[in-house]
Amino acid sequence: MKTIKVIKEKHPLVMRWTHWINFPILGIMIWSGMLIYWANDVYTIRLFGHTFVHFFPEWFYNALHIPHRLSEGMAFHFLFMWFFTLNGFFYIIYTIISGEWRELVPQRKSFKEAWLVILHDLHIRKMAPPQNKYNAAQRIAYTAIIVMGFGSVITGLAIYKPVQFYWLCWLCGGYHLARILHFALTLGYVFFFIVHVVQVILAGWNNFRSVISGFEVVEEKPKIIVAGKALPLTKIVQLQPRHEPKK
Amino acid sequence: MNLKNKKLKKELTVDQKINRRNFISFATFFVAGSTAVGGWKWLYNSPLEKTGITGGAHKPLRRALNKTELFFRNFFSNNHEVKTYPKAMAAKQIRVNSDVGINDEGFKPDLWQLSVITGRNEILKITIDEIKALPKTEIIYDFKCVEGWDQIQHWAGLRFIDFIEHFKLTELAKKQYIGMETPNGEYYIGLDRESALHPQTILAYEMNDHPISLEHGAPLRLIIPVKYGIKNLKRIGTIGFSDKRPRDYWAELGYDYYSGL
Repeated sequence: MKTIKVIKEKHPLVMRWTHWINFPILGIMIWSGMLIYWANDVYTIRLFGHTFVHFFPEWFYNALHIPHRLSEGMAFHFLFMWFFTLNGFFYIIYTIISGEWRELVPQRKSFKEAWLVILHDLHIRKMAPPQNKYNAAQRIAYTAIIVMGFGSVITGLAIYKPVQFYWLCWLCGGYHLARILHFALTLGYVFFFIVHVVQVILAGWNNFRSVISGFEVVEEKPKIIVAGKALPLTKIVQLQPRHEPKK
Repeated sequence: MNLKNKKLKKELTVDQKINRRNFISFATFFVAGSTAVGGWKWLYNSPLEKTGITGGAHKPLRRALNKTELFFRNFFSNNHEVKTYPKAMAAKQIRVNSDVGINDEGFKPDLWQLSVITGRNEILKITIDEIKALPKTEIIYDFKCVEGWDQIQHWAGLRFIDFIEHFKLTELAKKQYIGMETPNGEYYIGLDRESALHPQTILAYEMNDHPISLEHGAPLRLIIPVKYGIKNLKRIGTIGFSDKRPRDYWAELGYDYYSGL
């Protein structure tokens, strides 16, 4: 039987705007953060007395023109922190009020299912578990990234004003740990970014477009109209749009 | 009229709807994206401020630093004291990070006197013995450098508020800012009044129970735990009061004037 094209709403406008606004802001925060970190670049990954990684090697700094720009880094960092925080805050408020959080926050079964999703993505398992807007792995990843963003604001404030916000500094486990967490979260963003971009490329155009134009185009089998009611011939689509397409 | 026209319009096909929404979304995306790139280029290439009290920063970024200072100063309180530590945790070797302003040869600490500018052509001279005769306050706290390192250090000296009170400078200290400079005038800092008068701000003459060494700013240096190290002037020569921001060495080089913790 012939299929027909159907517009299926996916990402709300606020989610798309905040996503794309966050992208360059986070980039600037990471870059200016490196300008700051350079001035005291003490973090390494050491195991059994052997240093495996030093953040960061000289060639890396030089390639990105990082050395001797501490004051510039601070000036950029302390401007864009506002935009980063406000944009994230706005997104969270929207997600809570709109009810979108139901599509986002992991469910009890998500943690078990996420493994099946990963096995499926690695072509080890044939079937992926049924999903709504996001699969289980996405629910976990996209919620984690929001929690991480919140963590960056908190640890950042703790390093920025450790005396006035002494309680935040205490909450983060002290000045040292706060700075380490702030740094580790940044590594987390970079890791997230790499996986995210690979997944987006693999998922294809239809998926990517939905983060810009908001909808996906799906092929559906036509429905038989009986007395004004639409009856699906077969139930092939698990995704039911929660939002009716705009008329 | 209008309503009628709309009703007459044929409903768009699915493909038309797709194309139309794609066009609007992607046009918006590219316009907004280009604006963002343009905005970034403007900011990144924006001119540096003319060096006055502050310098070395892009103009818009300096404005942002000053505005951000105003916001965070709302959270300042004398009740927010810096965490202190037991003596055993203090570093035996206190880190020396800079000798700007104190590297001139032939400085004689014995001949040193503190100059407090109390008025036009009025200078109050104070000797180190006068300062040492007053009650001594100790502090063992985590000294924080703007570079990102920190160290638990043990300092002792005269609390700045006790100094102000004893030498009857209370009226002068109602001015909004306090400036300090090294005797040779090569390093200088400006402090907002409330940070300077914080109960943990100290005019220090001892470290680890011994007199301060020359490289740490003998005979008298500033220890101001609510600020980054750059504001902790070594070898204080003069102290002045003003309602305008006094000159500040690192603020002229692109750093935040406030630099408060």
